[in-house]
Amino acid sequence: MSERLFPNVDWTRMFEATAETAYMTIAATLFTIIIGIALGVLLFLTAPGQLWENRKVNVIVGSIVNIFRSIPFLILLILLIPLTFFIFETIIGPTAALPALIIGAAPFYGRMVLIALQEIDKGVIEAARSMGATTSTIIFKVLLPEALPALISGITVTAIALVGSTALAGVIGAGGLGNLAYLEGYQRSRSDVTFIATILILIIVFIIQYIGDAFVKKVDKR
Amino acid sequence: MIKLTDVHKRFGSATTGIVAVDNVSLEISDGEIYGIIGYSGAGKSTLIRLLNGLEKPTSGTIEINSREISTIEGVDLRKARQKISMIFQHFNLLWSRTVKENIALPLEIAGVEESERNRKVLELIQLVGLEGRENAYPSELSGGQKQRVGIARALANDPEVLLCDEATSALDPETTDSILNLLTSINERLGLTIVLITHEMHVIRKICHRVAVMESGKVVESGKVLDVFQSPQEAITKRFVSQATDTGQANELIEQIKEDFQTGTLLKLIFVGERTEQPVLASLIRKFEIDVNIVQGNITHTHGGAYGTLLLQLVGEEKIIEQAIDYLHEEDVKTEVIGNE
Repeated sequence: MSERLFPNVDWTRMFEATAETAYMTIAATLFTIIIGIALGVLLFLTAPGQLWENRKVNVIVGSIVNIFRSIPFLILLILLIPLTFFIFETIIGPTAALPALIIGAAPFYGRMVLIALQEIDKGVIEAARSMGATTSTIIFKVLLPEALPALISGITVTAIALVGSTALAGVIGAGGLGNLAYLEGYQRSRSDVTFIATILILIIVFIIQYIGDAFVKKVDKR
Repeated sequence: MIKLTDVHKRFGSATTGIVAVDNVSLEISDGEIYGIIGYSGAGKSTLIRLLNGLEKPTSGTIEINSREISTIEGVDLRKARQKISMIFQHFNLLWSRTVKENIALPLEIAGVEESERNRKVLELIQLVGLEGRENAYPSELSGGQKQRVGIARALANDPEVLLCDEATSALDPETTDSILNLLTSINERLGLTIVLITHEMHVIRKICHRVAVMESGKVVESGKVLDVFQSPQEAITKRFVSQATDTGQANELIEQIKEDFQTGTLLKLIFVGERTEQPVLASLIRKFEIDVNIVQGNITHTHGGAYGTLLLQLVGEEKIIEQAIDYLHEEDVKTEVIGNE
């Protein structure tokens, strides 16, 4: 039946592309979490009145985050071609897409981490200080656990945005479902391929949303 | 002992800044419950935060058990804070941790190992009466229970001083009383010094040994709670005292009473301590040829003893009334003539 409905779909190729998209999304999300949390915590702690209050660092990091957040992803992809080539000696394939994906998503997530941390009741931080906690204890035992639901829903939103970015990266050679939909579907006018690729991308997005929501529900004890 | 000498704290610049604490000097003895009362903005929140170094004084010194708090930093300050713990108006519990885990946090910070931590947490849960709620999250607790967790958490590292920042202001009167009873019993059992700030005279009356009244950054009056209740000097202190004894309401009444009792002498009797338990009134009536009419009375219990007022209408010969008043003075009862014919 699938032969008749989707005559042009090569299922092996389709699943390979799905795996590439999943790989790019997962790898980029993991790096984005680490870099985004580091940026968000740094922005939070260097803000006026906070533990590492430092105007210079705050303004510089804040500006970098804003600049990278503002560059359209397609332009970022092109801008980063020299860097990608320097690291991987190629600009083709899913791994080569990672630097652009991470640099595009981490500042975006960093902002969300900052907002999540700003939502924490200041009294809780004061209580930890009054117990004689070090700043690293405050970060790992107070700030991150207390902001966890917001951090997780931020990851969900970021990961879904990353799925979209991988599709765009696919167009310039990163592989994945976007690449397949563009080369096989659009350029050869095989709309059944585009259709199936879209369905698979939607499924990936729904899975991410479902997992994210389940985690938030589990950790939120407020 | 806690000793503050000429402590001054200014926020902002020298010209445009706000003076929160203005040349405060205080001495608080070991094992004492010391209350600092004032309206919001009086500087009491800043003052209590100077005691654990959450704020640094602009000038002056703060010594706790001969350790200068205002100059130490880093590891020394963090170690010192483990012995000067604090509870808060809004409890400041971590919602992400259970009761047990919240109480364990200061122990984790102090580097206590896990088995010892568990033992200590269970002991504290019993001390504050939260058995059975160990694994509840703060969102599942009432205000009073949350403050009990706050108290247990504050006691985890066996502090020498407990700072209470408006610890009962967010609680209803009944819960306030149970938390105050818990604080008193902790003070008696563990012998730790408690410094509390509040805007409720009721709290001062119920558990404090001594009190300082703050207004615009200054301590305007201080002393034993009973003395302050008995003869408040400053206008603000009088306002606070009337808050706890209902004499504010009584003053309005007195005008009404003067109208109602046109004859005889209106006399206010002030009893302190053991006097409140003596049958002074009975012997007064037996000894003198006068009619005594009780108009109004009340007794206020403070930590240092009871304090009562009684409003009487004395009807009789002027001379005998004077003798009666002299007799009351001999019996150590203070009097105040409010009005006569």
